[in-house]
Order: sequence, then C-alpha cells, then structure tokens
Amino acid sequence: MEILNEIRFRMPSLSVNESAARAVVSSFLIQADPTVEELSDIRTAVSEAVTNAVVHGYRHTKGDIELIVRLLTERVVYIRVRDKGCGIADVEQAMEPLFTTAPEEERSGLGFSVMQSFMDKLSVRSAPGKGTTVTMRKRLSAHGE
Amino acid sequence: MKIDIKNENGTAIAKLSGEIDHHNAKELRAELDRFIVTAQPQELAIDFGGITFMDSSGIGLIMGRSKLLKECGGRLEVINPQPYIKRVMKLSGIDRVVKIR
Repeated sequence: MEILNEIRFRMPSLSVNESAARAVVSSFLIQADPTVEELSDIRTAVSEAVTNAVVHGYRHTKGDIELIVRLLTERVVYIRVRDKGCGIADVEQAMEPLFTTAPEEERSGLGFSVMQSFMDKLSVRSAPGKGTTVTMRKRLSAHGE
Repeated sequence: MKIDIKNENGTAIAKLSGEIDHHNAKELRAELDRFIVTAQPQELAIDFGGITFMDSSGIGLIMGRSKLLKECGGRLEVINPQPYIKRVMKLSGIDRVVKIR
C-alpha cells in the first residue's frame, strides 16, 4: 500500500497533549472526508494510545511521544504512536480487558480494548526499557468518493 | 470542560460539557466527589448531553463515582450520551452496573 500523505507530530509526555494529539489527527484526516463515526473512532483510539504513553510509558519520567498519521491508498488510515518510556514486560497481559497497573488513578484497563474494537488492526511492540510502539489501521468507507 | 450541578430534594443532576480524557478527568472527579460527599444525594444523574468526546478515562470516572455514591447510600445514572460516546460505555460493560438512558 502506498503512502499518499503523512504527518509527524512530536510532543512531550504532558497529559494536556492528549487533546492536542486528537486535534492533529482530526485536522489531518479532514482531506479524507471520514464519517463522523469513523473520525470519532480514530480520535478515541489515538487518545487511548497517547494516554497510555503518558500514564504508563513515562510513569516515572518525562519524554517524547511521536505520533505519525498516514493516509494510504484504498482509504486506509495508518497511525503510529511511539514512546521511549519504560516499556511493557507482558504485552499480552497488558492487552487483556480490564487489566490495569494504575487502579488508584481510576484507569479502567480498557485502553487496548477500545483501540482494538474501534480500529481494524492493532499491533503493539514493546520491551522493558525499550519503549512501546502502537500501530493501528482503519479503512474508511467509500463515503465521499 | 464545564460542570453545572443542580440538587433538589436529594435528586441531583450534574451537567457536563466539553471533552473527557485522562487530563481533565481528574478535575471532574474531584468536583463530583466533593459534591457527593457533602450533599449525599439519593440519586445523581450525570448528564453527558454536552460531552463531545470521551475515551476510557470516562469509564473510570463513572465507575468511581458509582462506587462512591453507593457507599454514601445513593445511586448513579448516566443520561443523554451521544451515540459514539454510548459505544465506549457499552464496550466497557458499564451499562450492566449503571443505568444509561
């Protein structure tokens, strides 16, 4: 699949940037004319991935989060959220619905479940000390074509 | 993010507007908890009509307030969520614990 357009956005791991990341995704995707529901799904998935980086990746430190949004051929949206934080020892366990390491902060443990059900594809690459990379894809409907 | 709470004879409505994410959930949580603990309403409806975005941070917010209200002898209800916000709620299964209408 060919890349038609791409945006890269780098932000420090401040929680206020969760909404900034959503705004970047929304404005970039206007060109693809997604439905309200599609855009809302993607915004929610991005919000979850960036929040994970802020809350878990950089739990004891601060660092940069990189967001890449690509528009591919066949109306496929590709998203990559990468942090260089503490990483995840057991990715499978982290992806289990309701599993959380931050219950005292009222984290529901549903971040990955939301990404999984609102996007078509989700992959998580992580290792302790090596940071975490989340990539997601969603194909937009033919609406607007 | 805005919150407007009205309380009449133990029945309260908290009208929220704006976006709910991890960043602003903390503030909402503090304000709602302050109200629940001081006013001890029998029923609290959180009105999501003015909420334009919510991720799973909102689920933690609802679950936490539901628990606190229960401890104080009250009951929580969620009203008027937009369809795409209702999807996040349904996905979490929160509708089995808290009434959504």
